[in-house]
Order: sequence, then C-alpha cells, then structure tokens
Amino acid sequence: MTLQGKIALVTGATRGIGKAIALSLGEQGATVIGTATSEGGANTISEFLQAAGITGKGVVLNVTDAEAIESVVSAIEAEFGAPDILVNNAGITRDNLLMRMKDEEWDDIVNTNLTPIYRLSKRCLRAMTKARWGRIISITSVVGVMGNAGQTNYAAAKAGVIGFSKSLAREVGARGITVNAVAPGFIDTDMTSGLPEAHKTALLEQVPAKRLGEPEEIAAAVTFLASPAAGYITGETLNVNGGMYMS
Amino acid sequence: MSDIEARVREIVVEQLGVNADEVTADASFIDDLGADSLDTVELVMALEEAFECEIPDEEAEKITTVKEAVAYINSVQS
Repeated sequence: MTLQGKIALVTGATRGIGKAIALSLGEQGATVIGTATSEGGANTISEFLQAAGITGKGVVLNVTDAEAIESVVSAIEAEFGAPDILVNNAGITRDNLLMRMKDEEWDDIVNTNLTPIYRLSKRCLRAMTKARWGRIISITSVVGVMGNAGQTNYAAAKAGVIGFSKSLAREVGARGITVNAVAPGFIDTDMTSGLPEAHKTALLEQVPAKRLGEPEEIAAAVTFLASPAAGYITGETLNVNGGMYMS
Repeated sequence: MSDIEARVREIVVEQLGVNADEVTADASFIDDLGADSLDTVELVMALEEAFECEIPDEEAEKITTVKEAVAYINSVQS
C-alpha cells in the first residue's frame, strides 16, 4: 500500500481506463474521487469503489465547465482534503478527415481533452506546492506521438498534453511535484470497440504484442507514476502500447 | 515595526528559507533573497492567506520587497 493517506482525483472514471485507474490507486490505499459527466455515472463510481472497499466516491463534473471545476475541487477539499494526485483521464474522440472536419469537432476535442488539463492542474497545484508533494498524470495517446489519419484534432490535443506536462514539470519540479503523461496504444475500451473490424485487424498488424491492451495495464503505469518510488521521473511520457510505437 | 510588517517578515523567512536578519525592509525577494519566480507566487499566496485578502496579479507583480508588501496590505486593510 504505497498511497496510504493520499487523495486522488481521477476524471472520467466511470468506465474503461479511468475506472481501472481509480480501482488501482484505491488498491494502493489512496482515497479516490472519480468524476463522471452524469449522476448515474457518479453513482456507478461510488458503487464500484465501495464494492472494492476503497474510500472515496463518484462526483459529477463536466470538465469543460470552468466554474464546475472550481466548485467540485473545493467540495473535495472540504470533504476529503486537497488532491495529492490528479489523473487527467477524461477524453473523447470526434474523428474526421481534416478536409471534412467541422469547427465543433475541433473545438469539442480541445475543450474536453486539453483545456481541462490546464484548469484542473492549476486548481490543484496550490495545495500541492504547499504540501511539497504532488503527482499530475495525464492520459495522452500513442496518436499524439505518431499521428493518425482522421484524428488531427485528437492528435493535436494529445500532443498538447505532452508539451504541457513537460513545461509544468519544469515549473514545479523543485516542489516535489512530478508531472507526467501516459500514452496508451489501442486499449480494449468503449472508445476502441466502435472501430470497424477491418480497421482493428489492420491496427493489430502494427502491434508487436498482437493484441489490444487492457485498461488495467494503463492503470498499472499510472499507479507506478503516482507512487513515491517514481519521485525522480518527471516530464516523461510513458508509452504503454504493446510495442506499437517505440520512442 | 508594525504587527503587519513583523508578520510579513515572518512569512518571507518561512517561504524563502532565509535568515531573519537578511530580511530588511528594502531587500528584494529575487535579487537579495534568492527567490525565483515560483517562490514569489507562493509568497503572495501565503500573504493572501495570512491577511485574508486577494492580491490581483497586476498588484502582485509590484510587490518585490517587504516594504512594498506592507504598503499594499495597509492599503487594502485601511
């Protein structure tokens, strides 16, 4: 139990990678607050945390709403204490070829996958600098380092997360705060289950591991970066992709 | 020395990890006391908490010494 006494905030924790991260951090003793976009999602999080014997709960947060970020983090501080670990996981896709891409598709991605990372990190940093300890871990994507046809918007936002993390790592390194990214490859979640079968087969051709990754395999990387043992790793992007991309 | 000045000096000593005798009224946080830009942000945060006030960024930038900090706090508290 390496995270005993720590408070972790995980965005987009209802299912998939976020859920696996919430459970994994909780198993290491952290109190976990998971966010969902709906009341039903928040209840789901509370239920699976409770079933696993983890302290914490699900809360409703639309990460694109700046005021909601402020009020939700304040409520967490009042009830549990300030988050020591922030995991920026919430994300969406709006795939399209650039020549067909609508402004809304571009804006939705930047507003959901990039801007909230700025807002949440900024909001949580004050307490972390005071505590002289903190972990900010953002989920980026193999697409952010490799590129992918049909995902200019998603790749731009995910590459943005990497640049953001490197810069913030430089700003707050002396305060015992590490800022890292984890870049999953193709993971078996709702986000990838929608891909056409032919597309999936073609993708797996490029993956030396010849299989999709499991959400738990991403959660393991995040939990490692959150641990005290990873205190000297900062500004790094950990690729967890079955060998699909090697930096 | 006013109570406010004494408290400001205390906070500077604590935040910047310097000796109390180095913290003169005119000592510059950055040039004389070795603060970096993040230290000054944290210092302003600590002043805000201690004196229960909000210091806007454009004012915070002008606070570079104990004297300036005390003057600002006096101006908002009076």
